[in-house]
Amino acid sequence: MIPAQFDLKRASSAAEAIALIGEYGDEAKLLAGGHSLIPLMKLRLAQPAMLIDIGRISDLSYIKDAGDHIAIGALTRHMDVEKSSIVLQHVPLLAHATSHVGDAQVRHRGTIGGSLAHADSASDLPATTLALGATYVVQGPHGQREIAATDFYKGFLESALAPDEMLVEIRVPKTTGGWSFQKFNRRAQDWAIVGVAAWRNGNASGVALVNMGSTPILATSVSAALASGASIAEASELAAAEAEPQSDSNASSEYRTHLAKVLVRRALEESTR
Amino acid sequence: MAGSILGNRVLRKEDPKFLTTGGVYVDDLNNEPLLVGALHATFVRSTVAHANILSIDISEALESPGVVAVYTAEDLGLEPVAATFNPTAKRTLLATGKVRYVGEPVAVVLTQLANQGEDAAEKVIIDYDMLDVLVDIEQAMTSTTLIYEECGSNVVFDSTALGMPDNTGDAMFADCEVVVKGRFVNQRVAPCPLEVRGSAAAWDKDGRLIQWLSTQHAQGARDAIQKSNGIELDQLRVITPDVGGGFGAKIGAYPEEMLLGVIAKKAGKPVRWTETRSESMTALGHGRAQIQYVTIGGTKAGKVTAYQMHVLQDSGAWVDIGAILAPFMTRPMASGVYDIPKIEIRTTSVATNTTPVVAYRGAGRPEATAAVERAMDMFAAEIGKDPAEVRRMNLIPKFLEPHSTAIGQTYDVGDYEESLNRVLAASDYTKLRAEQAARRASGSVKQLGIGVSVYVEITAGNSPGESAKIEITQDGRAVVYTGTSPHGQGHVTSWAMIASDTTGIPMDKIDVVWGDTDLVPKGGGTMGSRSLQQGGVAVHVAAGELVEQARKHAARLLEANEEDVIFDKAAAAFHVAGTPAVAKSWADLSIALAQDGGLVQETDYVSQGATFPFGAHVSVVEVDTETGQVKMLRHVACDDAGKVLNPLLLEGQIHGGIAQGAAQALLEEVRYDTDGNPITSNLADYAFISAAELPSFEVIHMETPTPRNPLGAKGIGESGTIGSTPAVQSAVVDALAHLGVRHIDMPTTPQRVWEEIRKHTAKGNS
Repeated sequence: MIPAQFDLKRASSAAEAIALIGEYGDEAKLLAGGHSLIPLMKLRLAQPAMLIDIGRISDLSYIKDAGDHIAIGALTRHMDVEKSSIVLQHVPLLAHATSHVGDAQVRHRGTIGGSLAHADSASDLPATTLALGATYVVQGPHGQREIAATDFYKGFLESALAPDEMLVEIRVPKTTGGWSFQKFNRRAQDWAIVGVAAWRNGNASGVALVNMGSTPILATSVSAALASGASIAEASELAAAEAEPQSDSNASSEYRTHLAKVLVRRALEESTR
Repeated sequence: MAGSILGNRVLRKEDPKFLTTGGVYVDDLNNEPLLVGALHATFVRSTVAHANILSIDISEALESPGVVAVYTAEDLGLEPVAATFNPTAKRTLLATGKVRYVGEPVAVVLTQLANQGEDAAEKVIIDYDMLDVLVDIEQAMTSTTLIYEECGSNVVFDSTALGMPDNTGDAMFADCEVVVKGRFVNQRVAPCPLEVRGSAAAWDKDGRLIQWLSTQHAQGARDAIQKSNGIELDQLRVITPDVGGGFGAKIGAYPEEMLLGVIAKKAGKPVRWTETRSESMTALGHGRAQIQYVTIGGTKAGKVTAYQMHVLQDSGAWVDIGAILAPFMTRPMASGVYDIPKIEIRTTSVATNTTPVVAYRGAGRPEATAAVERAMDMFAAEIGKDPAEVRRMNLIPKFLEPHSTAIGQTYDVGDYEESLNRVLAASDYTKLRAEQAARRASGSVKQLGIGVSVYVEITAGNSPGESAKIEITQDGRAVVYTGTSPHGQGHVTSWAMIASDTTGIPMDKIDVVWGDTDLVPKGGGTMGSRSLQQGGVAVHVAAGELVEQARKHAARLLEANEEDVIFDKAAAAFHVAGTPAVAKSWADLSIALAQDGGLVQETDYVSQGATFPFGAHVSVVEVDTETGQVKMLRHVACDDAGKVLNPLLLEGQIHGGIAQGAAQALLEEVRYDTDGNPITSNLADYAFISAAELPSFEVIHMETPTPRNPLGAKGIGESGTIGSTPAVQSAVVDALAHLGVRHIDMPTTPQRVWEEIRKHTAKGNS
């Protein structure tokens, strides 16, 4: 409950933060809102020797209408995303899913970039941005590059971010049509045992699963089935086709698979209404 | 009583402080002169469940930043101490020889700053030789691996060894038309007080140990701390600051607390200690932890004639109070509100490599009620009758004279059927059943479950009484000294109401003092729902005696005969009949007696026996048959705690009790893996309930005063937990009764519920 000893440096710009990670290498972790990293440090599951505090880099907190997509600065707090009129208008699924992250206190501190870069498959936003076909902009010592959400998640708490890169912007395509976010948990503030983020517009759809494997899972078989005319009931039977659900103290792999099917069906029904 | 404050919804006197500047807990004692320069203790805890200790290497830890000292049992000269409830079992307060559960203290690190301790504790290297680990009670019962070798068995306490009769088996049910058996797990739960354990110890210049402690019972802790420090009683003062909850787990003193003075003496400096939440989840005692083998039998018409249970109580890795709750609390209350002619209960307490089990809200009675209520439901299902109706057929009829049950427990007063009637009416039970039938007929995904429980419990059992002292100050205030120890209950308000009601002194001029063994040397603490009916009654009696004492003094001062002196409660003054203008106030009397020891009344109230609160609960849940998700829709509770002093405080106890009971039914469970590693040692993994999971509670009042004390009050601190747990659990089962589901163990997690649905539906649900 008390983290191991660490040092802290505060970065005032993305460039400075990246320079500092370059300097400290593996010893360093970026600290944004602190709502993923600090709990791990308190449990001593993470023991970084150096924290680089990026929480005060104010020019990375924004939400912009960028034409065909919404651009969100990586250090935008969850509460700002949840309440943003731009997000509510153009990507309501993201606003709604964000409202399910932790509790109000967490959402006032935690950031969208922090949540995505932490790459926890049990978190709501990695799967949601995956379903939405988002692109992440990351910055390193040699400039910026874009990584599609589909290419970002590599394993349990592992992403395509290089050790000297940081996430700076999230680009989420505007959606039209129906959407749904299903979060199945035991208590209001818990991580999802299984969650589903889905949108549908005619034959097009995006469905992603929370906590159904070591990474967030894009349920491509479901979307493919829908595109080729399958019913919702038929398509949702394929919910776990891409998943590799784990067993843990909350749910067995078998139960998770069952839940995914039920929740995908419900999500698609709601999206199609 | 006309004009009495008693029975009114008086707001808590405590709250302005708690809601503004906040409480002052042990960890907040920053201005205490004796604690200046205190070192911070961090206990090095076993990371394995069962192992011989080969060596302890403290050299690296000594080099860690801020470390002043590291002590093992050897450094402190600790000798083995026997368990109170089984003196054969012995341990040292820091482990020697072997460790028996994850979280057991093995050594202690002292650091300059609090946050340096955990880094240093990690550097104490303990070399273990692993032993077989016993997590499962039934495995531990028969295993040749012994947790306390000197006991020769892992069974550390058995009701038959106390001379209580053994069960006779199935023969008892030979004449029953219907016999139903069940195996119920009343799972292990964590008390989770918001304030974790904490203490601070300092030796003053006179060589006296002053110890601050987060406890429910300073006087009991004092006696334990006295022994562990090897000092005389007058060399020790225990002080209780504000306490952020206990739920039974802070009744007894723990090894860390018994050692803090020893450590401070060795270090030559005061020492402070506050555990972390993760530590608290493994080193604060746990509750419940029973497996119950139950058989119930009776007639096809619905009369229960025989009930038999064998309780296997998980004692954890010590023989603490948890080992004796089964024989002394579960057993006598096993048949509850029911008139069952034949009853046999055996209890067997078993040591395992888990956190020791202690008292937890209800402490043995919720387990008794859960068992008999589940059994009643299963019996009703077997004969195809409504569970409320079968209960009604078997209730002990209303009694206002003591009633003895077949197991040998004598209850004070009871009107169980009336409490059942009230909750059935308030919940509109008939309509609920109709809605349930409609949902079943329509095949709805959201099925309705209705759970009924009727209970009686024992409060202030085995508690001889309580003392109180009231002192009148020269400015006319009253100071009430009580041996009870509030930690959320509201005694400051309650005792002020009681004292004010008799003395006429306004509540805002009444202070309440507790938990400091210099100021209150005698006291039974707050536990077992005893406080109002003993501590409150003691204040009531003391206040009455104080008025009579004051009348004598007033007569002398007024130069009148005592019988001519009238006490005018409204004016809080004494005068001679007919001349109210010449009166003596409380302040006048206190000043007049200043040279004679002041105006003080002390009373030892002797209990006239335990009381038996009872009630009935109806819980309504919705079960999603596709996912197994359970949602509580309503909870209706009628808890009869006798005469009510303050309905606001009563409802607070009932609400908290229901929440805690529902939490056990639905969510909470302490779990270990097969190696004895705790897997629920934080509040993310341990499913502590929150308001979001609970409906608004519907509380129905009922008052059947007990004749056993002058206030007519019984306990209410635990009733809500006792009544709610089986009601909620049975509601979940009831939602699936039409599928043939008869029982689901607690917690009724979505996966468990889904598995039951799947087992009972032919084609499954997916």
